[in-house]
Amino acid sequence: MSEPASKIVVRDVYKTFSTKKDDVQVLDGVNLEVREGEFLAIVGPSGCGKSTLLNCMAGFEKVTSGSIDIDGEGIVGPSRKRVFVFQETGIFPWYSVWDNIGFGLGKKMAFDEKHEIVMKYINLVGLQGFEKAFPNELSGGMKQRVEFARALAVEPDVLFLDEPFGALDAFTRLEMRREIVHIWQETKKTCILVTHDVEEAVELSDRIAVMTRRPAVVHSVIDNPNSRPRDPDDSGCRELKDQVFEILGVERRV
Amino acid sequence: MNPRTFLPALVGFTVFVGFWHLATLGNSIGDLPGPWITIVGLIDVARQGLLWKNIVASVFRVAWGFSLAALIGIPLGMAFGWFPRLRNMFNPLIQALRPISPIAWLPFAVIMFGGTAMSSDLSAIFLIFLSAFFPIITSSTSAIASLDVKYVRSAENFGVNGLEFFRRVALPAALPQILTGLRLALGIAWVVVVAAEMLGVETGLGYQVMDSRNALRMDYVSAAMVVIAVIGLLLDTAMARVESTALARRGMAQR
Ligand SMILES: Nc1ncnc2c1ncn2[C@@H]1O[C@H](COP(=O)(O)OP(=O)(O)O)[C@@H](O)[C@H]1O
Ligand SMILES: [Mg+2]
Repeated sequence: MSEPASKIVVRDVYKTFSTKKDDVQVLDGVNLEVREGEFLAIVGPSGCGKSTLLNCMAGFEKVTSGSIDIDGEGIVGPSRKRVFVFQETGIFPWYSVWDNIGFGLGKKMAFDEKHEIVMKYINLVGLQGFEKAFPNELSGGMKQRVEFARALAVEPDVLFLDEPFGALDAFTRLEMRREIVHIWQETKKTCILVTHDVEEAVELSDRIAVMTRRPAVVHSVIDNPNSRPRDPDDSGCRELKDQVFEILGVERRV
Repeated sequence: MNPRTFLPALVGFTVFVGFWHLATLGNSIGDLPGPWITIVGLIDVARQGLLWKNIVASVFRVAWGFSLAALIGIPLGMAFGWFPRLRNMFNPLIQALRPISPIAWLPFAVIMFGGTAMSSDLSAIFLIFLSAFFPIITSSTSAIASLDVKYVRSAENFGVNGLEFFRRVALPAALPQILTGLRLALGIAWVVVVAAEMLGVETGLGYQVMDSRNALRMDYVSAAMVVIAVIGLLLDTAMARVESTALARRGMAQR
């Protein structure tokens, strides 16, 4: 078996935000490699720069120094091949579910073709019958499903997930975790999930990158040896959780 | 009409008219007119055909001034919102001109538009324009400047840019705030038209107030005031309805 190919390579990335008052250094020489088709989780303390790193990878923010290559080429900006799923939701309240999911498909596509694609992803995320609904008529979990469908509809190779379940209630969150694993297994995208929830990282990912406090680096990347489907309460998962918590420097009480 | 909102409002109006009646009891024409005298006066001006002519004149001026303000204010405001450099250059100026009451421009307006064919209309329209322009440009600027970064990035992510970005993302996202600005502007415009018609014009509800005062027909003055109130209320209700249907159609009904 050959080494899996690198999809994204982050080399020595520094990022400083300059505000009116002062400069905030967020990333302090981050190195990270994301493999083709893997599910990578990035965990770290709140405010350490996880979203910043993800925004840089997506091309929304420019790095201060260092480089980020995707498929061996430096990124120049956002692209439809790599779609971002936002914390809370980035879907448009003024568009119906159908229009939101079709948003990225472009004006030139014929209606029939567009309809076929939109319906395919409505089915994938289980929102049959809600095509005409507007976001304010949907629950938080359903909105997040719309956003996943909108992202998947353009058939990207990479999904950037920035705490996509952060705003959901505990029950919906568990349901959506199962859903995203299902989507990932079905579509084989490279998924990069930012979360502050270690259990979520352990349940979902192939590997976990642990970041330090700000200014942040990636402290280490841990393989997740547990086979799917996973139960976060079995011994393998708990061991991994402890390992991550130890790196994060948090005493874990059972 | 909803009885739960209508009945309390009716009580409020009744109390007001009651006090008005008591306070003006025994007054004759030339003094402060009571509600009954006002109604008689209202029927009187309506019969003479003057009322209708004045209403049309005022509404016509507001329609022109307000539409021009919207036509110029919305795109300009959105441009200011999108381009920080432009905003930094012109927004302080706008905010400095904004507190000047449009009425203060009246002498200049009369000079500027005097002698032209529609001089009286033009100066009133110009004042209405000014009064509506500032709230419209300010709300449009801030609507775009405060666009949710998630919407901007989503559009960028899917390669939606330029005019398409404007039409599919910026405009709908800014719409609620722009509509609020328009409604506010229309209210101010209606207040200002009456003042704008007190000098240099010979039609309009403002003219009716001034002219009746000069003729010592205080009943016609209060009749004009009642008409001004009713039309103002109608305009605001219409605008509120436009606002809520426009938003509801886009899944953004306010709660
Ligand atoms: N645009 C910005 N301007 C200034 N500071 C920022 C900006 N974006 C993020 N930061 C700062 O960078 C730090 C890391 O933010 P973020 O990446 O959102 O953290 P995380 O996602 O790990 O919680 C925070 O202290 C935040 O205040
Ligand atoms: Mg974050």
